[in-house]
Amino acid sequence: MTDLIASSRLFPHRHLLGIEGLAPEDIVQLLDLADEAVEVSRQVEKKKATLRGRTQINLFFEASTRTQASFELAGKRLGADVMNMSVGSSSIKKGETLIDTAMTLNAMRPDLIVVRHHSAGAVQLLARKVDCSVINAGDGQHEHPTQALLDALTIRRNKGRIRGLVVAICGDILHSRVARSNLILLNALGADVRVVGPTTLLPLGIENMGAKVFTNMREGLKDADIVMMLRLQRERMNGSFVPSVKEYFRYFGLDAEKLALAKPDALVMHPGPMNRGVEIASEIADGAQSLIREQVEMGVAVRMAVLEALSKHLPNSEARA
Amino acid sequence: MTAHRPVLIINAHLVDPLTGTEMQGSLAVEHGIIHAFGRAIDASAPPEGAMVIDGRGRTLAPGLVDLRAFVGEPGAEHRESLSSASRAAAAGGVTTVVCMPETNPPVDDPAVVDYLVRRAREKAGVRMLPAAALTKGLKGAEMTEIGLLSEAGAVFFTDGTRSVANAQVMRRALTYARDFGALIVHHVEDATLADGGVMNESELSSRLGLPGIPREAETIVLERDISLVRLTGGRYHAAMISCAASLAIIARAKDEGLPVTCGVSINNLTLNENDIGSYRTFLKLSPPLRHEDDRRAMIEGVASGLIDVIVSDHNPQDVETKRQPFAECADGAVGLETMLSAALRLVHNGDMSLPRLMQALALRPSDIIGLPQGRLLKGAPADLILFDPDEPFVLDPEKLHSRCKNTPFDGSRLQGRVHMTMVGGGIVQES
Repeated sequence: MTDLIASSRLFPHRHLLGIEGLAPEDIVQLLDLADEAVEVSRQVEKKKATLRGRTQINLFFEASTRTQASFELAGKRLGADVMNMSVGSSSIKKGETLIDTAMTLNAMRPDLIVVRHHSAGAVQLLARKVDCSVINAGDGQHEHPTQALLDALTIRRNKGRIRGLVVAICGDILHSRVARSNLILLNALGADVRVVGPTTLLPLGIENMGAKVFTNMREGLKDADIVMMLRLQRERMNGSFVPSVKEYFRYFGLDAEKLALAKPDALVMHPGPMNRGVEIASEIADGAQSLIREQVEMGVAVRMAVLEALSKHLPNSEARA
Repeated sequence: MTAHRPVLIINAHLVDPLTGTEMQGSLAVEHGIIHAFGRAIDASAPPEGAMVIDGRGRTLAPGLVDLRAFVGEPGAEHRESLSSASRAAAAGGVTTVVCMPETNPPVDDPAVVDYLVRRAREKAGVRMLPAAALTKGLKGAEMTEIGLLSEAGAVFFTDGTRSVANAQVMRRALTYARDFGALIVHHVEDATLADGGVMNESELSSRLGLPGIPREAETIVLERDISLVRLTGGRYHAAMISCAASLAIIARAKDEGLPVTCGVSINNLTLNENDIGSYRTFLKLSPPLRHEDDRRAMIEGVASGLIDVIVSDHNPQDVETKRQPFAECADGAVGLETMLSAALRLVHNGDMSLPRLMQALALRPSDIIGLPQGRLLKGAPADLILFDPDEPFVLDPEKLHSRCKNTPFDGSRLQGRVHMTMVGGGIVQES
């Protein structure tokens, strides 16, 4: 099997900590690689040898089903030995600090660590303390770069481009690392980004971060090419940020009527897990315009691309030698 | 204080915050007090047995008086003891330190004040004075024994890093304290508005994905307190303000003639939110570092005298509490040793004169707690420092005397080094 990026340039980063700091050509490189990984994943023989002999640790301080499974499959398809560590089984529960955990794992000589943590900046902190490559699988309300990459890949494969598209990111922007990473990435690739939500769920200064702000969803969806819905956490629905589920769905839930205001060929996305009937109506989630299941497939491909790109920086790798 | 040899410091650059003057001259110390100073002192015939110190090229000023430091004694001596804090203070030119009552047990009982006073006398070279809790157990509900605690030696009353949310409790405390002439010092932060926040609320906090603390968390409590001072006539000191809007509130209160003073942390004077960079936990502070415009306003506040004092807000935190993700680590930074050097940046940048700076670092804090220190005056205690305000150095945290090394000036270039610290006529630190 040919090496996916043998013909391409060396990805210029050792870690993937966020979309911030990536140049547009870095992003495009990962998306191109991911396109090839999609083909690999659709074959009967899905296994490659790119990461053979390498150890990948998935260190998840926050519960996750799809992201962890996606990273695990991606690592295995590239031939890595993958170990999953989650909060329940780790010594974090015994009061060990994050840095001590990092040092302990580092001593086991992994090649790649995939980290999700509930605190912004935790993954950067960990990356400073270990010798291997670190991938951010979500840190607090900061970034979730592989989600933004898989969203971009999904958009590009369906629309053929990203530049010039109107993308409306809707819902709880304030608490969303997905929104932050997407905002940075989509701006870098020239999309026209909008954020839509009640002001209680919008971060301060978002208008200076490359987004047009809409507090009225009908206006925000007008002529949109992509409608990206975000999950609203249950604890934020009952009067703390919005008064009730009923009221939220009425004004900010995506239903057929609101979706009709977007372009006729608009596509609907959601990073999952969905709250049907809270931010999105069931018939939309499962409807013809929905890309939600395709996003999951693209998730594995994008993570394969990231693992592969970073592996070129690992000690003893051919690209380094 | 034991009797010390007479000391004569000659050829020094004298800075007197009381008169706001600087001059070349000498200063004589006898029996632990300033005996004479000025140009006219006869340096050729020192008193018998006197130690003569040549202060050439150095500045002689009153030692710093710091109204806000956290010392781990009793209860958290692994972070800082009275003796380690005292060594840090002496190295930084701080001759009087007021210790916050957030200890374990808290300083809400005259016996604890008494313990601290005796313990400080035995273990500390500099003067370490206890502040007592304003409310029992620092719980914000019932006032402490303000009279008895004052008699035992508490210099003022505060709940340290905690804000008293209940306006009735604050009102009664201010009213009762007035009868004893006691001072109430308050951390102005609305806990509900600040809840969950870990830095200034701003575009930067949005980018970093960190929950923010709006300036209004400070101004709302400050406005309330000023109203209560107007109602009660109690003496009130806002421990640390951090934003331009608070300065306006203080200005109005002072114009009205209310018994209100305020302080600012050295950190809010010399750093801003951008210094947090990529989640530097040593810069997680309360009040949080604000915007550069707020920092400039704080400097102008000190220069104009609207802000009375600069405090170190010395708060030693160890590896366990600071080597954590930003949002999860404790607030606070050590500051006793770096306060003077950091504050001298304001003089070097031309923001204020050295005598003006020394007013905020020594004279005003002394006045506020009723000490005779903080000035060059015949008969005042000889709490003095000799320093070179220009000497450059790069801060090495490992060289700090504090037990904890959580300094926001880690690796920073600073100017100004203390060469001698004298307390009550005795030299407690020399280099």
